[in-house]
Amino acid sequence: MKILAIDSSAQVASVALVSEGAVLAEYSVDYKKTHSQTLMPQISEILRMTETDPSEITAIAVAAGPGSFTGLRIGAATVKGLAMVWNVPIVPVSTVAALACNLAGTQDAVCPLMDARRQQVYTGCYGFDGSTIVEYMPDACAEIASVIASINALGRKVVFLGDAAELYAERLSKELTVPFSIAPIHLRKQRAASVGWLALSLYNQGKTVSAEEFVPTYLRISQAEREREARLEQ
Amino acid sequence: MLPACAANSRRLSNPCDDMKGTYILAIESSCDETAAAVVKNGREVLSNVISSQIALHTLYGGVVPEIASRKHIEKINPVITEALAAAKMSLADMDAIAVTYGPGLVGSLLVGVAEAKAIAFAANKPLIGVHHIEGHVSANYISHPDLEPPFLCLVVSGGHTHIVMVEDYGTYRIIGRTHDDAAGEAYDKIARAIGLGYPGGPKVDALAKQGDPNAIAFPRAHIEDCPYDFSFSGLKSAVLNYLNIEKMKARDVASRGAQEASEAGEASAKPGELARHGVPTGGDAEGTEACPDTFSDGVTKADLAASFQEAVVDVLVTRTIAAAKAEGVTTVAIAGGVASNSALRNRMREVGEANGMRVVYPEPILCTDNAAMIGAAAYYEFLRGNVADLTLNAVPGLKLGER
Repeated sequence: MKILAIDSSAQVASVALVSEGAVLAEYSVDYKKTHSQTLMPQISEILRMTETDPSEITAIAVAAGPGSFTGLRIGAATVKGLAMVWNVPIVPVSTVAALACNLAGTQDAVCPLMDARRQQVYTGCYGFDGSTIVEYMPDACAEIASVIASINALGRKVVFLGDAAELYAERLSKELTVPFSIAPIHLRKQRAASVGWLALSLYNQGKTVSAEEFVPTYLRISQAEREREARLEQ
Repeated sequence: MLPACAANSRRLSNPCDDMKGTYILAIESSCDETAAAVVKNGREVLSNVISSQIALHTLYGGVVPEIASRKHIEKINPVITEALAAAKMSLADMDAIAVTYGPGLVGSLLVGVAEAKAIAFAANKPLIGVHHIEGHVSANYISHPDLEPPFLCLVVSGGHTHIVMVEDYGTYRIIGRTHDDAAGEAYDKIARAIGLGYPGGPKVDALAKQGDPNAIAFPRAHIEDCPYDFSFSGLKSAVLNYLNIEKMKARDVASRGAQEASEAGEASAKPGELARHGVPTGGDAEGTEACPDTFSDGVTKADLAASFQEAVVDVLVTRTIAAAKAEGVTTVAIAGGVASNSALRNRMREVGEANGMRVVYPEPILCTDNAAMIGAAAYYEFLRGNVADLTLNAVPGLKLGER
């Protein structure tokens, strides 16, 4: 089984090809270039370098969200196009869970923090039972203050990662009552190998969707809808 | 269905190529329509599927970019599948994949661009990036199979108002442009101000048919030293001013009326009565102003719509025909969403023909945003070898003629 995995949920553009036995290739770029320009060339390069014929690909995994709306959609449209032509299923993977899998196997709780602007983060909290991922807190878009309160309530040692971990480092050290650390740079941000690794087990559990069905998981409605709802409540 | 030699090499020397033709799958998602089409040889539409979001955006009085982008992601695969099915063809039968890469809303464009790149890569087909406005111009090639450059084209939509000289396929020279609002934008704003809602063009056009185009003399702006340019902001302000003055007059009448009513010991006027006096009674859609049907001087809302439309159509037609004379062309085309406006079509034809010119415009379904027109424009790009690579990006502010 070979899974082509993609993460374009934040600034990192990452593509990987994983099988049960190995990460055959991984290509990540954390640079201010749009995913629209980087993602397809990365996919093309990975297939070329690994001499992979598209017919060998079993499924396409994608970081389905939360994350940057535009980033998620570039990833979504890309996998919807590929999966439609290659006639393979899509494995949607939580961006937050996939980030946590950068630290798969750790004894500590793992709390990814992705900057969602407006003093909010996309977050969740996961742990590992051996190499099986366990959800402690579901994915959400939350105020950083409420995340800190939840982590304190969880009452266990925690590792933070994601692009907002550094951003809120000062508040974390001031307000957290549990021991914590921030993951080192090579494990801190989105990696498609983690998306692919998690997708291997999701695929085996039958958690796939068709190219036509797949849509990103935004976890946040648009500003216009927010404002309209507020207006209607008045 | 296909000739026996369809599976053979597609070299140009193959005599069957003429029979087989060039098939392009085109994708368009620059604003609020998700569209896909299969077009043969740039002229023959085998399918033209459009999924419109108008009803959704009507709630907000205009297109909300984030909502449009989300809808595109939901619709793009079904729309493409339907376009291929309606053409009774498969991706393998396509010679190229075309997509609009600008101008437009960046989030919307990106969905089509990312999808088209993935399909082109996965199916191993050439990718062609198409300029949205060149697509609108090319819709005329579909509706008029004998039309060939050179000709002059008035491009009018919600985002564009250009007079363009089409020198050759894919070669454009801009002769005139708007300095502020696009014509379609002015329609939308006026429609909102008189309570018609979004989208404004067709609604104003329909109402104007019942009105007197000479009821109110709205201004025509001339731009010094730019005889073929446009400005619609002054016209828009004139219409809004007219409405404001009417509103104030009506308020005076209403307050006098209410006073008299209370003095007589009656309940205050019913909303319907106030409406007849020009007092807003609540819009019928959000983001839309309420507007009376008749104003203080006996001018109706239909008269106002007709007078506004007259001012727009007058400058569009006068300047386009003047530019055509100056360029020495005998064919004038109209393109873009506003090209389906009946007053514009009729006037351009009248004035053009009076000047010995042929006037063409696409059928209404090809005036709105659609992918068939993208397939038409892409065909001529394909013939010229203008193929894009996997780094093709959405360019929201793409200029006409830019590659």
